[in-house]
This record gives sequence, C-alpha cells and structure tokens, in this order.
Amino acid sequence: MAAHLSYGRVNLNVLREAVRRELREFLDKCAGSKAIVWDEYLTGPFGLIAQYSLLKEHEVEKMFTLKGSRLPAADVKNIIFFVRPRLELMDIIAENVLSEDRRGPARDFHLLFVPRRSLLCEQRLKDLGVLGSFIHREEYSLDLIPFDGDLLSMESEGAFKQVANMMIRMKREFTGSQNSIFPIFDNLLLLDRNVDLLTPLATQLTYEGLIDEIYGIQNSYVKLPPEKFAPKKQGDGGKDLPTEAKKLQLNSAEELYAEIRDKNFNAVGSVLSKKAKVISAAFEERHNAKTVGEIKQFVSQLPHMQAARGSLANHTSIAELIKDVTTSEDFFDKLTVEQEFMSGIDTDKVNSYIEDCIARKHPLIKVLRLICLQSVCNSGLKQKVLDYYKREILQTYGYEHILTLHNLEKAGLLKPQTGGRNNYPTIRKTLRLWMDDVNEQNPTDISYVYSGHAPLSVRLAQLLSRPGWRSIEEVLRMLPGPHFEERQPLPTGLQKKRQPGENRVTLIFFLGGVTFAEIAALRFLSQLEDGGTEYVIATTKLMNGASWLESLMEKPF
Amino acid sequence: MDCYTANWNPLGDSAFYRKYELYSMDWSLKEELRDCLVAAAPYGGPIALLRNPWRKEKAASVRPVLEIYSASGMPLASLLWKSGPVVSLGWSAEEELLCVQEDGVVLVYGLHGDFRRHFSMGNEVLQNRVLDARIFHTEFGSGVAILTGAHRFTLSANVGDLKLRRMPEVPGLQTAPSCWTTLCQDRVAHILLAVGPDLYLLDHAACSAVTPPGLAPGVSSFLQMAVSFTYRHLALFTDTGYIWMGTASLKEKLCEFNCNIRAPPKQMVWCSRPRSKEKAVVVAWERRLMVVGDAPESIQYKQLTIQVLLDRLVLRRLYPLAIQICEYLRLPEVQGVSRILAHWACYKVQQKDVSDEDVARAINQKLGDTPGVSYSDIAARAYGCGRTELAIKLLEYEPRSGEQVPLLLKMKRSKLALSKAIESGDTDLVFTVLLHLKNELNRGDFFMTLRNQPMALSLYRQFCKHQELETLKDLYNQDDNHQELGSFHIRASYAAQERIEGRVTALQTAVDAFYKAKNEFAAKATEDQMRLLRLQRRLEDELGGQFLDLSLHDTVTTLILGGHNKRAEQLARDFRIPDKRLWWLKLTALADLEDWEELEKFSKSKKSPIGYLPFVEICMKQHNKYEAKKYASRVGPEQKVKALLLVGDVAQAADVAIERRNEAELSLVLSHCTGATDGATADKIQRARAQAQKK
Repeated sequence: MAAHLSYGRVNLNVLREAVRRELREFLDKCAGSKAIVWDEYLTGPFGLIAQYSLLKEHEVEKMFTLKGSRLPAADVKNIIFFVRPRLELMDIIAENVLSEDRRGPARDFHLLFVPRRSLLCEQRLKDLGVLGSFIHREEYSLDLIPFDGDLLSMESEGAFKQVANMMIRMKREFTGSQNSIFPIFDNLLLLDRNVDLLTPLATQLTYEGLIDEIYGIQNSYVKLPPEKFAPKKQGDGGKDLPTEAKKLQLNSAEELYAEIRDKNFNAVGSVLSKKAKVISAAFEERHNAKTVGEIKQFVSQLPHMQAARGSLANHTSIAELIKDVTTSEDFFDKLTVEQEFMSGIDTDKVNSYIEDCIARKHPLIKVLRLICLQSVCNSGLKQKVLDYYKREILQTYGYEHILTLHNLEKAGLLKPQTGGRNNYPTIRKTLRLWMDDVNEQNPTDISYVYSGHAPLSVRLAQLLSRPGWRSIEEVLRMLPGPHFEERQPLPTGLQKKRQPGENRVTLIFFLGGVTFAEIAALRFLSQLEDGGTEYVIATTKLMNGASWLESLMEKPF
Repeated sequence: MDCYTANWNPLGDSAFYRKYELYSMDWSLKEELRDCLVAAAPYGGPIALLRNPWRKEKAASVRPVLEIYSASGMPLASLLWKSGPVVSLGWSAEEELLCVQEDGVVLVYGLHGDFRRHFSMGNEVLQNRVLDARIFHTEFGSGVAILTGAHRFTLSANVGDLKLRRMPEVPGLQTAPSCWTTLCQDRVAHILLAVGPDLYLLDHAACSAVTPPGLAPGVSSFLQMAVSFTYRHLALFTDTGYIWMGTASLKEKLCEFNCNIRAPPKQMVWCSRPRSKEKAVVVAWERRLMVVGDAPESIQYKQLTIQVLLDRLVLRRLYPLAIQICEYLRLPEVQGVSRILAHWACYKVQQKDVSDEDVARAINQKLGDTPGVSYSDIAARAYGCGRTELAIKLLEYEPRSGEQVPLLLKMKRSKLALSKAIESGDTDLVFTVLLHLKNELNRGDFFMTLRNQPMALSLYRQFCKHQELETLKDLYNQDDNHQELGSFHIRASYAAQERIEGRVTALQTAVDAFYKAKNEFAAKATEDQMRLLRLQRRLEDELGGQFLDLSLHDTVTTLILGGHNKRAEQLARDFRIPDKRLWWLKLTALADLEDWEELEKFSKSKKSPIGYLPFVEICMKQHNKYEAKKYASRVGPEQKVKALLLVGDVAQAADVAIERRNEAELSLVLSHCTGATDGATADKIQRARAQAQKK
C-alpha cells in the first residue's frame, strides 16, 4: 500500500506504520461509534498516513470540518476533535461544546492535539469552562510525515531556528530513556533556509518542480485542468467534458513518475516517447502469442501494461500542459531575466522587464519574486533602485502592501545594499553556483535542475561530503548565520564496519522549507556512482518561491 | 526437636493442631488488647494499634497512643494521638494507615507514622457521626464504608480517587443492623446488611432484599457475617446457631453447619490452608475457636509481584536490600535501581536536620546521571516538605529543562521558570510561564522581564498579534520600536474603521512613527496614501462610483475608463507616475474601452517611451488587426520583425529580418512560415541564409 516508502536506504514505511498504529490505538480508546471534527489544515497530512477506510474500520461514521456554533447532528457516541494546538481553534471547539443540545443523547467529547499537546490551549479551554468536557485529551505526534522513500516533511507553517541546539540537548536528555540502537544515519546536516534564500526564488525546471510551480503540489496531490484528461471514448460526442479538476497523486509508487520527476523538463519528452514505443510494442506482442501458454503469459502481464499505459497517458498530458507554459514568450522572458540575475548580469539597476510586469499589473507574487531574486543576487539593492521598485509596487498594487514589503525586508529577501559591497559574485564563483554548460539530458552536475543555477544548499551538502567545508571557510563566513559541526562519538559496541562500496547515509534537514528541484539535486547526488553519500531529506515544509512569498504577504483587509 | 509430634494436640477426630510462638511481639501492653483498635495490613504487612480510651465509660485524661509494628513485632512508630476519637483503623493496599474518626474525617499515615493527608467522608457523616466503619480492598484500591448514626451508608470505593457515594435508604431501618459487610461484585462495591431475619443488598441505585438459598428455617436474626478476601464467599452466623456458607452472590449454598452455640461470636473470618483448595471459616468466641470447612474452591493467590515486593521494601526503608534484589534479578535500571534510588532520595529530603547543601550533594553523588531518575520529582517532594531552597538546588540537576518549569512555577520562582522554559525550546512552555508572569507581576515589571529575554519577548509578540493587539502596541512603545509601531498603525487604519477621518488619523500616527524610525520612504509613502484616500473620497462624492481602497494605478485607470481623462492626467502628475507606466496604463485602459481613435491620438501625443510593439500586441489581443497594422509600421527596427509577425505579415517580416541579417529573427520568421502561401518566403530566407554563409 505504501511500498514506495520502503524502497530507500532507510525504511521510512516504519514511521508510517508507527503513526498508523498510534492512530488506531487512540480511536479504540474512544469505544463506540464516532464522528471526527477536523481542523481543515490537518486533512491533507492525514491523508498521507491513513485513508478513510482505516477510520471506518474503527467506527468513525461521520467527519465534519471544524467551524463555529453548533455541531452538525450525528447519531454517534463520541465526538473527537483533531486539531493543531492553536488558541483560535480552542475558541471554536468551546463554542461547539457549549452549544451542544442537552436534550439530545449525551455524547462523549475527546480532543487530539496534532502534533503537540499544549498547556496554553488547555488553559484557554479551562478559561472557557469546557476543559472538563473532554474524556480523552491527548497528543498525536504526527510531526515528520513520510512523503516518499527518501523524503519527510513536517508540513508546518512555522519554522524553528533553534532546532539544532534543541537536537543536541535532546540527545543528552533522552539517552537515558532510550535503549542504544544502531544508528541509521551517519551524518545529520541541518540547513537553515536563510543560508540559501536564492534557490526557492528561481523557477524550478525539473518536471516535478514545474508541476509544482504551475499547478502547486499539495500533500503529494496535484489538481490539473480536466480538459486534457477527458476519456477518449467514442460515442460520447464530447458532450460530457469533465468540469472538475483532475486530481492525481504523485510519488515514486508510480514507476514512470519515479523515472522522470527529477529530470530537467527538456529531457522528459524523449523519455515519454521512448516509453510510448516500448508500451505499444508490448501490446503488439499479442499478435505473436500463438500457443495457449504464450497467450496466458501475455494476459498475465496485461494489468501491469495497462497501468503503464494509463500512467504514460497522464504524464504525456501533464507534459503538454507544462509545455504550453514553458514555450510562451512571457515564460521565456522571465526565465531570461532570472538567469541574467543568477549569472550576475545587470543586477544593480532597475530591470525593464520587471518594470513592464508592474506596469502591466502582472501578479504581484511574480514581481516580488523577481525583485527579491535580484536583491539576493546583488547582496541587496542600491537604495535608489529599491525605493523605485517599492514605490512602483505601492502605487500599482496598493499602499497596503507596505506591510508585505516590510515583511520581506525582515526576512532578508529584500534589502538595501550595505557598505556598497556585493559579495554574491565571490560566493557564486567559489561554490560554482552558475554553470554555463549545462547538460539537461545527461546531467553531470546539480545545476541541471535550474538549467544553470546550482542550489547553494545542495552544493554545501555536496562539499561537506567531499572534500569538507574547510576548503570554503572564507565563503561560509559570508553566508548568514553561524555554522558549526558536532561529532557524536558512538559507543564502541555500535561502531560498524562499512562494507566496501557501501555509501554513507546523511539526513539533511531543511529548516524553513525545501523545493522539489533541490530534492532532485540531492537525489542526483545520491545516485552518483562515486558520490559516496546517500541522502534522506527532511524538512519543515515542501515549498516553492510562490508559496514562500505567499506566507510572507500580509493583507490587512 | 526431640519429638516432632510432641506439641501437637488433637482437634476433633482427624486433625491436630499445635501452638508455637512465631515472633515475640515487642510491645508492652498496659491495657488489654480488647481495649485497643487493632488493624493488620494484608500480605503480612504492618500492624497498627491504637490504645483506645474512648470506649471506656469515663475518658482517660491521658492522650491515646498510636503504635505501628512490623508483622514480626518490631516497633516502627509510636505517636501521641492528638486528633478526635477514632472509630476504626485499617490499612490500604499501599500500606497507608487509614484512621476513621467519629466526625467522618479520615487521617492517613505512612508506615512510619508520618502523617500524609486527610479527607472527609462528607457532611452527612459529619452531622450524624460515624457509628461503624470498614476499610475494604477492591481491584481498584482501598475503600472506606461508613455507617452513620442515622443508619445510612456512605462509601468511597477508592480513597486514592475519592468519590463519595451515599447509598440508598433501607426501608424501615430504625436501629443499627445486627451485622454488615462490604461486597464487591461486577467491579462495583455493595453493602450487605442484616436487619432481624432479613438481608438487604445495597448498591448505588437501590436497596433489595435477598435470601440465602437453603437456609435452615427459624432464623430471627443474623449475628455475624464474613466475606472471603476475594469476595467470592460469604458466611452467615444465625441466632439459631447455624453457620451458612455459600457464594457471595447468594446464588449457591456450599454447606450449613450447626455448631450448637447461640452466643454471638466475637469474630468470624475466612481462611485457607496454604496450597490447599479448601476454604474454611474460623469462628471465635471468648474462649473457643471453631474451624468450619468443606468449601472446595480453586483459589488463585494473587502473587506478590516483584514490583510490589520492592515497593514494600522501599516503604520499610530497606533500600540497600531492595537494590541488591534488583541487581540480583538484573532488573532494567529504570524499573529497578533508579526507582529505588529515587525513593531513597525522596526519603533523604525529609531529613530536616541535614542542611540543604549536604542533602543535595548526597543525592547527586548517589544518583548522578542514573537514567530514569527524575530530579524534578525529588525536588517536588522537597518542596512538599517545605524545603524550597533544597528543591531549587535539586532542580539544577534535572537535565530536562521542561521538567523544571512546573515546579518552579508552583514555588513562585517564575523568572527562573521562564529562563528554564526558554532553555527547553518548548514554545508552549514559554507561553505558559509568560501568562503566569503576566498575572503575577504588574505590567511594568512584566515588560521589564520580557526585555531581558529576547526569545520570550518575540514569542509574546506573536501571541499578542493574535490575542492582544493593544498589548502589542505597548510592547513596541516600550522598546521604541517605531518601525513596528508604524506597521501597527497601518494595520489599525484598516481595522473596522468606516470613516475616512479615523483612517487618516491612524495613518498620520503611522507617519510620525516612521519618521521617528528614520524610515523616510515609508513615511512619505504613507503620506501619499493619506492624500490618495482624501482624493478618492472626493472622487466618490463628485463622480459617484467606488474609488476607496483602489490602488493609485487602478484609480487612474478607473478615471480613464469613466472618461475623466483630465482628472486622470492630473492625478498621474500629482503622484508622479513614471511616464513608462502611465503609457502602459493608458494603453491598456483605452484598448479596454476599444476607443481606437483616442488611442491613436494618444500614440501621437509624443514619442512613446515604451515603443509601439505594446500597441500592436494590445490591438491584436482585442482582435483588431486593422488598428494593429497602423502601429506595426511605427515599431522600431529591433522589434519590427516581431510586430510584423504578430499582424501576420510574414513576407515583410522576412524582408526585414534579411535586411537586418539577424539569424535568430530569420529562424523565428521561418517557424511562422506555415501557411500555403509562405513557401516563397521560406525559400527566400533559405537563400539569404546560404548567401550569408558564403560571405
């Protein structure tokens, strides 16, 4: 069912099974029929660990979305609230509980905090006089959700800066209560998004990255315009064109997707057409099947072949949709500007494409993304240039965006150049962040994921594994935030001998989010024959430039 | 040892008994045992003895003494009883001594006579006094049942989780029942009582009469009843001299025995021989003991688990022995040695004659970093003994800073709690301490405390942003954070203020703040915003329609769309909209209006700062090729090819590209040569290319 989680070097399905077990145990504590009231934000992440069928097996008969006033009628014994520990949600829950109809049959209330129980929230419930109404009040530690065989995400909006310190302290605190186990990971690399603000701002150019840029991937699902997916059946006459978006799950469980997701989009077409030939050749085989045995053999392969054909049809449609976008003139112009900035061309003056975008009122996110990119590539903008952009934005999109602009400045995405020094070119050259000769079809370097730009985050990981950061100390000093390394010596009994050719496993934790293109770059490194390191990726949030800036935007009305 | 059978005496026909002293009790009784309240704990636990003066006619002037002995007779504790008259004593399963007073207050003592706590059995008991009380054991714990002077029963099935239940009234009960006992059936505690010839079973809801099956007739009173330790069996002693034995459910009779004695026995209990399946009832009179057996039953001894054994040793403060057992049994540290050391430490903190420093050091030396030891639990015990300073010292050894916080809060060391909460990195904990502090301190002190804790301050700001906007403002004010104050007032200007004056005032406050923050850009921008707001209000008054909260750009566009070109021009000038953007704006608006005449006039008003390609594009977007062509001719050479292709003039586009000898443009034109008539053009381009290569 979730086999794709166990393909990697580290079996992440174990994690999924553990959280499923914990969920079942909690549900069984509330004996009898139940209704779940959902904090809507949680439904996505929960979908990755348990389908409705699991809930149903444990007597969940109704599901509601958490909202104010009275709960919908439901003839169940238990009402369970699944919520994040947030004060505003506590207020809604209290309203639900207090407006419960006393004349109806008594229902038991339970509360499940995801992923942490909160004293603050419980205090609020107490103040509202409903804390005693909950029979079971527990926490459900769904914090790192397995997305794929090598990918975990917390899917939490907030990111935590002090995670590194905390992890070291936690190690000290928990050594007692945990039995010693063989470590699964050889290295842990924590990367704060602040170290590499640039990468998410650039447009991702891998297949998966582009799907995310154009349609947005939410909890591994994407919604696509339905027209391209209309069933091609005769007789329908096209009268019933689907109107609902086509929803597809994207993960390595799908063989074809696993093969193409991390490729540069320009290399996807050839794979798809090759696949098409292979599949139709396989179907042609039926004409060669003469004996009963041969026919039987053919038939036994049919389901797999049909699945492959369906998968191919889907991805051909998606690729067409993407191609419509990437071949448009505006996409080309935007990409040109991005690449100019990233390679260091004209980063210190007002860019006329951006000016035109503002004048034509292109989406503000797009404009902000480009300006931030320019600012980062120039170690901040000249005051005059910055003020010009800001004034243009305020006049065109509205003065309320002064708050958003301020947020971007606080995040360091937008800033005036201080000291008149631009040290980005030094960083770019030393870390080889811009590669002119990119091989998109058969990549030799991580820069293929942005057709030229090598993500700084991934480059740092690559250099750490070989030859080590000592070689780049000067550049590290130019990057924001302190860097440190800690070694945790293993007890002698737990040191294992590495088999010749066996790779190290590094858990790389992106605090503040990671893009699909960065993940692709890390997978590329894992696959390198002489790479020596395989990566398991964890993050607080899967993100792209748009969702990132969206989270920093503030709309006061 | 000379003869094994020497001290055995015959008992009836087939049994023998012997008497020998197991332990010599180390007590010196002045009164007779019968004048004492005595309670022995189950499983060979301790024995409590309260020399009871209250039973005597005239109360003695001396205070009674409560004494506790081990089962082997070693004195464990002795203390003067200073509270009220005691009706009954009993031990809980945890070896806590429960002393039920006449007023319904139950005092709880430890094995060593240390006072633990007290609780009351309720007002009804207080008013009517305790006539009789029983301490009983169930699978949930130990309970107390009370018979009051009003002949009503009140019970609590588990004194660890005190829930008082007042049992229903027994109809027609005028005097105390002749005997009664507690039963436990289906996990619920009941009371069985005898009134004259009748038996009643009381549960939470009802009182029902019951009859023991097969009881010999003629009974006018039950003198004594006894229930077995497992609540399975019941024995009744009748005034006819019969002992009835059966199941406690009163569904089955096991046997009945006529003992020919009609005097009420002093005591009747169930017992069983070790490793025997037989159960028997022992009945005692003043000078006679009778054993009545014949109740075969499979008895399952509740084994004392190793954990319980260790608990018992710990309770007796036999720490080294307990640790030796753990080590011998190789119990995991967390369950074994750590737990015992923790108990030892909890005992240690009660030694008031040792200084805080010495106690803390001694504990740390023994415990070190032993896994599973919770220093915060030990500290909590120290605080419970009134040793706050010691508690704080012990907390310092607690590695999990999160664990330190609740106790620190309880001890009112909130500021210390705050720094520990911050250390723990648990934001929820920090919030909890902050809210504590906020209630505890006055506002000034609270802010001061925050100021010294940047992380707490930033968390508190987040909290205020969602919960307490006004406090947020005060915080910014205190920190002279004018930039954030400015943003605060900007937000406020949008919040629920319908009237323009209110908004302008808020914005003016923001402007002042921005100036103080030396953010001239923001100040000027906000002044512009105020100007725009006033202007939009005037426009709405004069022209009607909606202008408020449109951006400047959209305001100008709306004016043009409404045909107010003059006003649009004026506004653009007032706000110094850059020429390039103004041209885009007008171009877009006029094309939207499809006012081609005005557009042409506009295009000729001066040389376009954005060139003429946008004109071509926008006309084509509105599907007006005729107008588009007008502008295509005016497009500069750099973009000419693109413009000609847009209007579909492939041939001319080819000419221009050839003339410009631009390879990229040639390819572009070639890619547009798709129509049937484009063949010649394509050839032309190929020839030009070939020629270019020759050169």
